[in-house]
Amino acid sequence: MHQTFTVTDIRTENYRTKTFIFDKPLPGAQPGQYVMAWLPDVGEKPFSIAGADPLALMVVAVGPFSGALHRLNVGDRVWVRGPLGRGFALRGRHHLLVGGGYGVAPLLFLARTGLAAGHSVDVCIGARTAEDVLLAGAFEKEAVSDQRSALSPFIVVRVTTDDGSMGEKGLVTQAVEAAIAAHRPDCVYACGPVPMLTALARLCQEHGLPHQFSWEAHLRCGLGICGSCELDAQTRQAANLPAGWLVCKDGPVHGVEG
Amino acid sequence: MKPDLTCEFLSLRLRNPMVLASGILGTSADLLERVARAGAGAVTAKSCGPTPRAGHPNPVAVDWEHGLINAIGLTNPGAEEEARMLAEARARLAPLGVPLIASIFAGTVKEFGDVARIIAAARPHCIEVNISCPNVADEFGTPFAASCESAAAVTEAVKRNVGDIPISVKLAPNVPSIGRIAAAAVEAGADAITAVNTMPGMLIDAEAGRPVLSNRMGGVSGPALKPIALRCVYEIARAVRVPIIGTGGITTGRDAAEMLMAGATAVGVGSAVWTRGVKAVGDIAAELAAFMAQEGYRTLAAMRGLAL
Repeated sequence: MHQTFTVTDIRTENYRTKTFIFDKPLPGAQPGQYVMAWLPDVGEKPFSIAGADPLALMVVAVGPFSGALHRLNVGDRVWVRGPLGRGFALRGRHHLLVGGGYGVAPLLFLARTGLAAGHSVDVCIGARTAEDVLLAGAFEKEAVSDQRSALSPFIVVRVTTDDGSMGEKGLVTQAVEAAIAAHRPDCVYACGPVPMLTALARLCQEHGLPHQFSWEAHLRCGLGICGSCELDAQTRQAANLPAGWLVCKDGPVHGVEG
Repeated sequence: MKPDLTCEFLSLRLRNPMVLASGILGTSADLLERVARAGAGAVTAKSCGPTPRAGHPNPVAVDWEHGLINAIGLTNPGAEEEARMLAEARARLAPLGVPLIASIFAGTVKEFGDVARIIAAARPHCIEVNISCPNVADEFGTPFAASCESAAAVTEAVKRNVGDIPISVKLAPNVPSIGRIAAAAVEAGADAITAVNTMPGMLIDAEAGRPVLSNRMGGVSGPALKPIALRCVYEIARAVRVPIIGTGGITTGRDAAEMLMAGATAVGVGSAVWTRGVKAVGDIAAELAAFMAQEGYRTLAAMRGLAL
C-alpha cells in the first residue's frame, strides 16, 4: 500500500540531481533498501532510501518520471511503498563505502548509521567529471562533526573522476586500492554501475574482503513475484550471484563473505 | 505413520500437491528451478502469447489489507522464445522429478491453436490454457472464460495442436456458473481444470482520487481470494470428473487441506510467495503433512472432496 509523504525541503545536489526531504520518517527502513515512489497518472519507480528519519530520496532527472519529481515543490505529495528489499548489514567496525556515479545515493545513510554506532568509515566516490560527483561535501561534513564527538570515529573521503576535474584522475577502483592499503576494512559496501561492481567484486576477492553490493535491475512489482528483475546470466556470473536471484526482494544488496 | 503427500495428477506423479501458480516467478528456467528446489510438486511457467509483450507500466502490483492486486499485463517473450526457455527448464527439472506446466494465452481461437503448437514442441508435461486473464480486456475483450461456447472453442483449438500433451483450462471466478463452463471445457477435451484465476478488482487511492494500478483494474489474489476459489473448485468438482488444480489464496497447509476437501487434486500457490518467500511452496507442503498427521489422514485421497 502506498502512504503519502509531503515534501518539506528540496536540496539541489548537482545539475540534474535533487534530494527531496519529506515530512515524516519511514519506519523500519535500513540503508540499502528502496521504496517505490508513485505519482498518480505519471508512474511509479524505485529509489534507494537516502535517509529514513525523515524520509529522503535522491532523484536524478533522467526520464519522464524523475522529471516530474523534479517539478515538485515544497508542500507537494509523493506516494510511497516500502521499505522494500534487503539492505546493507554493517559487519565489523571499519567500513569502506564505494559509490559510482549516482550509486552514492544510499551510502550517506549507511555512513551515518556506521558513525552513529561508533565505527569508522572510509568513502570512495567515482564519477565522470567534477559536476557528477555527489555528496562529497556531505560526507566530509560528517567527518568534521564526528571529530568533535567523544567516540572519535573518523571518515576519509576519496574522489576519482574520469577526467581528473576533481580528486584523482582514473577509476574508483584505484581509490579503493589506496583505501584498503591505508586501513584494511572489515567489509566493503558498494552501489554503482554493473562494470564498477564486477571490477570491485574481483578486487575484494583478491583481498579476501567480505563485500555487500547493491545491484540495479528493471524493478516492477517490488514484491518478489513478477520475475522482471532477474539479472542477465553474464552479470550474475561475474558477480557470483545465485541463479534465480531477485534484485527486488532477495536484494538489492547481496553479501559475499571474504 | 507419516502421511503420504504423493499426488497423482493426470498421468503424473507429484511428490506433493503444491503447484507453483502461473504468473508467479515462472519467467525463466533459473526461477522455475529455484521454486522446484524450494519444494514444489510441480511448477507452472508464466503465460506466453504469440508475440512478445512488455506488459503494463508501473504500478503493476500492490499489496493491500487482504492480499495483492496486480495487472502485470501478460509480460512475455513470445511463444518461440518461451518454447526455448521451457525446453531448458524441463531438462533442469527432470533430475528433480518436478513436472513442468506451460501456460498459454492468445487473443483469438486460432492464435490459441498456433501458440499451443509452438509450446507443445518444448514437451512440457502439461499445458495450461489461460482463458481468464482479467488484465488485458482493453486489447483482447471479454475473456474466453466468460462463456461455455468460447471456452469450448479455445479448448478444442488447443487440444487439436498439442498431440498427447494433456491440457488444463484455467477458469475465471467471475462467471455466473463456473461448473457449466468447466463442463463445456471438459466436453471439448480439457484433461484438467485450473481454478481460479484472480478476481477482477480495483484499488483507488483516497488521497490521490485515482486508481492505483496503471491498468486501473487488476486481479485480486491472496487471502481475499480464498473463499471465492473454494466455492469455484467445489462447484467444478460437482460438475466434472477431471482433476482440478485448486488455486486462490492458499497461504498455509491448512488452506491447502481445505482446497483438497473442496475437490482439488493439486493445489496452486501464488501470492503466498510474496508473504512467505520462494520457500512458501515447500513450507506449505510441510504444514499440510503436519495437518494430515494431526488429523489422521494418511493420503491426499482420504481428504479429497470431503466437503462435497
